[in-house]
Amino acid sequence: MHSFVYRANALLTFAVMVLAFMCAMASLSDNLNSLSPSAQLQVLNVNWFQKSTQGNDEVSMTLNISANLQSLFTWNTKQVFAFLTAEYETPKNSLNQVSLWDGIIPSKEHAKFSIHTTNKYRFTDQGCNLLGKQYNLTLHWHVMPKTGKMFADKLVMTGFRLPEEYR
Amino acid sequence: MDWQGQKLAEQLMQILLVGFAVVAFAAGYALGSFQMMLLIYASGVVITTLITVPNWPFYNRHTLKWLDPREAEKHPKPQIASSSSKKKSNKK
Repeated sequence: MHSFVYRANALLTFAVMVLAFMCAMASLSDNLNSLSPSAQLQVLNVNWFQKSTQGNDEVSMTLNISANLQSLFTWNTKQVFAFLTAEYETPKNSLNQVSLWDGIIPSKEHAKFSIHTTNKYRFTDQGCNLLGKQYNLTLHWHVMPKTGKMFADKLVMTGFRLPEEYR
Repeated sequence: MDWQGQKLAEQLMQILLVGFAVVAFAAGYALGSFQMMLLIYASGVVITTLITVPNWPFYNRHTLKWLDPREAEKHPKPQIASSSSKKKSNKK
């Protein structure tokens, strides 16, 4: 503490270390949050079901996604990234996951939503395995914090089935 | 600053920063606002800088007593004796 510069340096270093500790505490406080998200998924219509020029099956469908992810938000949440995947099994792969839709939820007010949309990304298979296929629709979410650890979880909905014939 | 003042400045700095951090965290958590926590802490850092870094007079209350120059002349520094080095050279 001998000179002005010495004291200023010591203060700055200590202040930054204390800030890092505060951010760690903020991240730990996220564990105190009790989560209760809910979601409902419906396939309203299969618009078309064809073989693409590459020889792979391709489907287009209209979905209704309604969810309430408000309980995921804490004071330390920057945004929630949510995406919907279709999951099914084929002889070649034990798990195929195709992302159909995603969205960024920037705040708690936007976290209760109901969306009526066609799939944002193509539902394409590696081959021709989709005729009459049973699949699950899974809503995943990643809770991105302002500082600290990111939490991810999902909600699986089973019981969906593709048509037996091309349309 | 004198020695006591330096010790006081260091202690004050640590206590003030930790205190502001606790207040900032509690306020941010209660209000549910991360931005509020950072704002309170940043203003706390500025206030602590203003209190501990400049050389305020209250840090200089226990002034160092330097030896008076006239007193120093009465007690000269001891000289290294030159006779011992002469003896060594003769023995060679």
